[in-house]
Amino acid sequence: MRPTRQLTVKYNRQRRQRSSDTKMATVNDVVIKIATVNGTGSASANSLLMKSIFQMGIPVVGKNYFPSNIQGLPTWYEIRVTGDGYQSRSGRVDVMVAMNAQTYARDLAEVSPGGWLIYDSTWPRNKLLNRDDVTVLGIPLSRMCNEHFKGARARILMKNIAYVGALAALLDIDLETITGLIERAFADKQQLIGSNMEAIRLGFDYANENFVCPLPKKVAAMDGTKGHIVIDGNTAAGLGCMYAGATVGAWYPITPSTSLMDAFRSFCSQYRVDPDTGKRTYCIIQAEDELAAIGMVLGASWNGARSFTPTSGPGISLMSEFLGFAYYAELPAVVFNVQRVGPSTGMPTRTQQADILSCAYASHGDTKHVLLFPADPSECFHMALASFDLAEGLQTPVMVLSDLDIGMNDWMVPEFEIDESYVPDRGKVLSAEELEDMEQFYRYLDVDGDGIPYRTLPGTHPKGSYFTRGSGHTRYGAYTEDSAQYQDVLDRLLVKWETARTMVPQAEIQYSKFNKAAILTVGSGDGACREAIDRLAEQNVPLNYCRVRAFPFSDEIKEFIDKHEVVYVVEQNRDAQLRTLLILDCESEPSKLVSLLHYNGMPLNADFVVENVLEERSKGQAA
Amino acid sequence: MSYIAKPEVAHPNMPRNKLGLTARDYEGTVSTLCAGCGHDSVTTAIIQAVFQLNIEPHMLAKMSGIGCSSKTPAYFVSQSHGFNAVHGRMPSVTTGANAANRTLTYIGVSGDGDSLSIGAGQFVHAIRRNLNMCYIIENNGVYGLTKGQFSASADIGSKPKKGLPNQQEPIDPVSTALSLGATYIARSFSGDKEQLIPLIQGALLHDGFALVDVISPCVTFNDHEGSTKSYAHTRQFYHHVVDADYVPPAEEIKAAYNDGSAMPIELHDGSKIVLRKVDKNYDPTSRAVSFKFLRDHFNAGEITTGLLYIDESRKEMHGLMGNIDTPLSEYPLDKLHPGRKELKKILNRYR
Repeated sequence: MRPTRQLTVKYNRQRRQRSSDTKMATVNDVVIKIATVNGTGSASANSLLMKSIFQMGIPVVGKNYFPSNIQGLPTWYEIRVTGDGYQSRSGRVDVMVAMNAQTYARDLAEVSPGGWLIYDSTWPRNKLLNRDDVTVLGIPLSRMCNEHFKGARARILMKNIAYVGALAALLDIDLETITGLIERAFADKQQLIGSNMEAIRLGFDYANENFVCPLPKKVAAMDGTKGHIVIDGNTAAGLGCMYAGATVGAWYPITPSTSLMDAFRSFCSQYRVDPDTGKRTYCIIQAEDELAAIGMVLGASWNGARSFTPTSGPGISLMSEFLGFAYYAELPAVVFNVQRVGPSTGMPTRTQQADILSCAYASHGDTKHVLLFPADPSECFHMALASFDLAEGLQTPVMVLSDLDIGMNDWMVPEFEIDESYVPDRGKVLSAEELEDMEQFYRYLDVDGDGIPYRTLPGTHPKGSYFTRGSGHTRYGAYTEDSAQYQDVLDRLLVKWETARTMVPQAEIQYSKFNKAAILTVGSGDGACREAIDRLAEQNVPLNYCRVRAFPFSDEIKEFIDKHEVVYVVEQNRDAQLRTLLILDCESEPSKLVSLLHYNGMPLNADFVVENVLEERSKGQAA
Repeated sequence: MSYIAKPEVAHPNMPRNKLGLTARDYEGTVSTLCAGCGHDSVTTAIIQAVFQLNIEPHMLAKMSGIGCSSKTPAYFVSQSHGFNAVHGRMPSVTTGANAANRTLTYIGVSGDGDSLSIGAGQFVHAIRRNLNMCYIIENNGVYGLTKGQFSASADIGSKPKKGLPNQQEPIDPVSTALSLGATYIARSFSGDKEQLIPLIQGALLHDGFALVDVISPCVTFNDHEGSTKSYAHTRQFYHHVVDADYVPPAEEIKAAYNDGSAMPIELHDGSKIVLRKVDKNYDPTSRAVSFKFLRDHFNAGEITTGLLYIDESRKEMHGLMGNIDTPLSEYPLDKLHPGRKELKKILNRYR
């Protein structure tokens, strides 16, 4: 009935030429890392810093390394200014803002040779730690703020704004851009604009008076951010859910997925109020646990609402029984798994891709699930839209496997586009009229030969009634313990699985027939792998590229692997879960698939990929 | 055998309700439970209750979990959608279903294992949300399908068929629901349809969470001497506290009631429940009075029955959230998304 479809995600990812001029290399190629204490309000200062560079037209990458803690533990924010427009974190630190005495020694040690360290000189630091290859710049931030501002809270907050001012002078960030951002941020609280600007000036003037500004590594306005936004993946996914027409969201709070529902709630509070009655056209339920959250999603989707739940690994473990139910009873569901570090509680505020296998085969019995793998916030938005169409089209759970790095960090991505004609695809749902005209409705009959039966919604028509159950059932929807009738349905689910293979988003592939080796990755590995491919090409190691975007794997992935002698599978887990799944689902030759595994909880960077590809190559050549 | 169809022929003179349907139209497939099971009597009471209320079959949703009790939705109203969820998770599925479409009537059938052990968390939270549903617990104090283990509602001293008497405190669904703030709480006995049918009717019409705890003996594993959930024991210690009569909308209250003992309560659809207090000291609108009364009688080994508590003033889940009356599942999709131009505006915040 329905033609097979491809997810259309418009991508205008701009590839920029790396600058070959070495003198220019110090412009718009700098990494700033800010070490602070959790709960001191540094987040808004760091965001101000990143946004002001972005607004100067310079591509940026922001990464937040934060503890599982509300107040008191160390936290870092890293901004990579990348005129080349790369998407991943860099391995180095050029300018460290060491605001946290607790981590001073380690922060100083992390600065790359030739770099700078800024610290609050109100309190002296241990000079014995000083390094010959790092320039230390002391600024009496606390003293200046204590003199200028009243109240403990304001003094702490303004200290953060003051280091932004100092960095503005040191890096040559445009003051007017900063002013504009402060005015926008405090449009409702005019009185705060003056004090924030005063703090900016304190830092700015001190740096100008005491140091040679700007530093050799600096920023300069360019035209590299047009048509782009800076957004995190959870906000993008929440927005996608609103645009997809989701009306029921059920969840149990868990880091790092919580901000997805916060975003959905915030968009709904603005756009989901019925104009006639002033009442809500959405229902968000904070469930008692993840068992209940997925139960609510299934109840709602059974009843015809687009429903979803955001969660993370521990939530998936709890949801597994219901996911198997939904697979077998054929109910749509959208689950966002914003992956964090496992096993068990693991490291809740660090990133990983270690739930690939547990999601692919969640639940007991012969069960497998459709997975989508966004690489960045843009795909979080577009895949949120696609996930509801797929879940309803296939009548099965669809899990969107994001991760903490995508979900909670700010990414510069092309602004999202939707077609004016976008209409959600509800799949095969029979209307009251269609049921009236039917002699008899049977729930699990494969009428179209694609393995996808027709479904009905409660309240539509008496003829549409059927019993939804996780126990053995026949193609007619009746309870059974008959071997042949049971197996008939289980086999038909495999036909549906093959249909799913043709409907899910295709892999992103860069291929040249001259290259015999390739990198294959998934999700947030994208940025680091692309950068690594550029760098390896400069070292005469040309590689093809494949980024998997969904499971089951579409045919071109198997073909891609078959065409290469070696494929480096880059993923962020210990057990090579993507590689395992490729071997299982594509029946690819295992000896071709060489694993490069990164699983320490930090986002992947290009250095790791470059070094490991070169190492594996040298092993291969030696053999 | 649930896959054996019943004959379609019905007696031509069977009474019809306002929809022109007979009670046969509200039946389901043949029960596969043991002969004499209390649950089958509850099924019959549900059929009568729904038939008399003129509920359109396709506007009823039958929800259940796992266990003997949870099988029963297959045995009533075949023309309704049924959802046989996983063990102990019927409340969450019903919560989601109700969130999507608040205009259906939800009847959940659960058991003491399904609601008081594996599903205790979900049972409790459905009450907390004042989910608009009729929640029936077919309570027999025992696990039948796994052959006779005690459930959490087994009384202290109750004897199993084999082994030692139960020593653990029972979880009483009625006092649990009362302490959690349920807004309609009833208890009855599968062997007392006269009392049970109007209690189910009131529960179906109540605008909020309505619990009907039904002592429903297990003839195979818990109907022997020494069991406190047997037919004999229940009949002996059965204590009517408040009976209820259902009066349809726009109908006069005709029955004569002893003065002072009758208490009419108007439901949201305009119908009434008239409470007949057997015990004059009882006040089914006061949580504090109810709680003490029920615990005292419980400690005395009595099984208090009737409509034990009612509060028609509290809003149900959607009302608490301020949600639209239209089912969310039917709200036009083009109105749910603000369009391409607005997307541009939203994205401007992220520059």
